[in-house]
Amino acid sequence: MKELSLNILDLAQNSLTAGSTWVMIDLEETEDTLRITLKDNGCGMSEEMVRNVTDPFCTTRKTRKVGLGIPFFQLAAEQTGGSLTLSSIPASVSPDSHGTVISGLFYKNHLDFTPLGDVVSTLCTLIQGAGDVDIIFSHKLPGGEISLDTREIKEVLGGIPLCEPEVLVWIRDNLTEQYDEVGQNH
Amino acid sequence: MKSLEELAAIREKMASRLALRENAGEIRIVVGMATCGISAGARPVLNTFVEEVANQGLTGKAVVTQTGCIGICQFEPVVEVFEPGKEKVTYVKMNPEKARKVVEQHIKNGNPVAEYTIGSNQ
Repeated sequence: MKELSLNILDLAQNSLTAGSTWVMIDLEETEDTLRITLKDNGCGMSEEMVRNVTDPFCTTRKTRKVGLGIPFFQLAAEQTGGSLTLSSIPASVSPDSHGTVISGLFYKNHLDFTPLGDVVSTLCTLIQGAGDVDIIFSHKLPGGEISLDTREIKEVLGGIPLCEPEVLVWIRDNLTEQYDEVGQNH
Repeated sequence: MKSLEELAAIREKMASRLALRENAGEIRIVVGMATCGISAGARPVLNTFVEEVANQGLTGKAVVTQTGCIGICQFEPVVEVFEPGKEKVTYVKMNPEKARKVVEQHIKNGNPVAEYTIGSNQ
């Protein structure tokens, strides 16, 4: 993956597949670190699956026997001296409170740090394909915070679907302006 | 700032238009968005389809959707076009420029772009 924002898009697809009704994407940046966390309320994974999921030969896909999403993300974090953490509560164990949290810590000044890239495009793409699943996004930077919550947008839109092109353009412009305000050009 | 008031204005505008749109999405444009597709460049391809379908006024005719791995990872980004009564067209190794041409020639005018299909790339 050329940008970490593509890893984020890829990981978020796992949350959609897991039957989540919301996915939280949190980015936290300091001068030299970036933490990317995705949290969902999907079906979760068993302890065994959590242990195996960083293995490329472990996958839920049916067309191939390899799954590279989480291994790619882990590699991208570890090659900067950072790390991956993963925890999950399966619905079979806890019917009322289940889901998965995946988090990567990256050292931004490391030579092998992959740039975060176009987060706005990732969010637009994700929302376009997310159907009824809510996306709750926050990006904390030293200069301020960018946030977006599709639950608030849906409230204003009434029954108009988020995947309508005009709505996606509004989301893109809104996020771009928020990034401009904190002095980050994305 | 793109305000919530602007969003409300979009709602008003869309509400009347959606009511008029009866056979929405007669054509389905499906973009593969698994790890293989994303790493090969599917994100800008998908966004280009969404923008072009809107820009060309084709939202009543075609709908853009996402799917997982189609199973031919070496050909990603892969886009499938489904049209009622016609055979599925599979486009391979797509990019934003090719996507614009597919919208113009295939979606708008009904002529698949043969050179981008899997048959021409094997």
